[in-house]
Amino acid sequence: MGRSYPPTAPYVVGREKVREFATAIGDGNPAYHDVAAARSLGYSDVIAPPTFAFVIAYAGSSQAAMDPELGLDYSRVVHGEQRFAYSRPIVAGDAIVATATIEAIRAVAGNDILTTRVDLATESGEHVATTTTVIVARGTAEEAS
Amino acid sequence: MSDVAVGTTLPPQSFRITRFDLVRYAGASGDFNPIHWNERFATSVGLPDVIAHGMFTMAEAARVVTDWLGDPGCLEQYAVRFTRPVPVPDDDAGTTIEVSGEVTELLDDGRAKVMLTATHDGQKVLGNAWAIVRLP
Repeated sequence: MGRSYPPTAPYVVGREKVREFATAIGDGNPAYHDVAAARSLGYSDVIAPPTFAFVIAYAGSSQAAMDPELGLDYSRVVHGEQRFAYSRPIVAGDAIVATATIEAIRAVAGNDILTTRVDLATESGEHVATTTTVIVARGTAEEAS
Repeated sequence: MSDVAVGTTLPPQSFRITRFDLVRYAGASGDFNPIHWNERFATSVGLPDVIAHGMFTMAEAARVVTDWLGDPGCLEQYAVRFTRPVPVPDDDAGTTIEVSGEVTELLDDGRAKVMLTATHDGQKVLGNAWAIVRLP
């Protein structure tokens, strides 16, 4: 389909938010918590765990997901698939703009399957990561989990 | 990591998941879908119980790779399919997922492909879970 949505306002990545997210997934990797440890790896500040990219992409993809023109039934949506491709880790202090694009939408066995790509870049246009999300809106014809 | 070869296994880990973890993850991630914290809602939409966020399971599975790498920034690509929900009971013990990984391919520029296996109660909860890493 290739429908694109306007870039989001910049998401400014806070050091404490990174630590909060890392703690929530139980991950004590020093690169997520300790500025000195992150700097020893060559980063300017703590870096975010890989799946934190989804938190930022979520705003951009929900904009696409809620598009009334796509006409999906969001009362029965499940997350089917998730992919990440990184140019570099997200670093505290980054201001990240998310741009969502609908890659594919198809109906299979009564289910709507929507593939959304979200490109995450700095305000100056440096690519940081791309997330690809497949959601399945289960139709009444298909009850399998 | 010059000794990495096809067939090299990553240290497996098991991760305990309790309702507390799901509430904390909801807050940290901003995903407040009630199927992850409200049993009444979860069962009303046909689920057996409150289920873990797929992204929580994906985050835990990634730790097997990033703990092995040391520098999480060496993860270049990471992909999973969510094949089965992980129900989390309302008790102190919660539930557990087991994650293991194996190098399946050596790529150019010192990179490798890792396949991950994540199971709950002996059944796979992630399908086609893989990562491309830069070997440090």
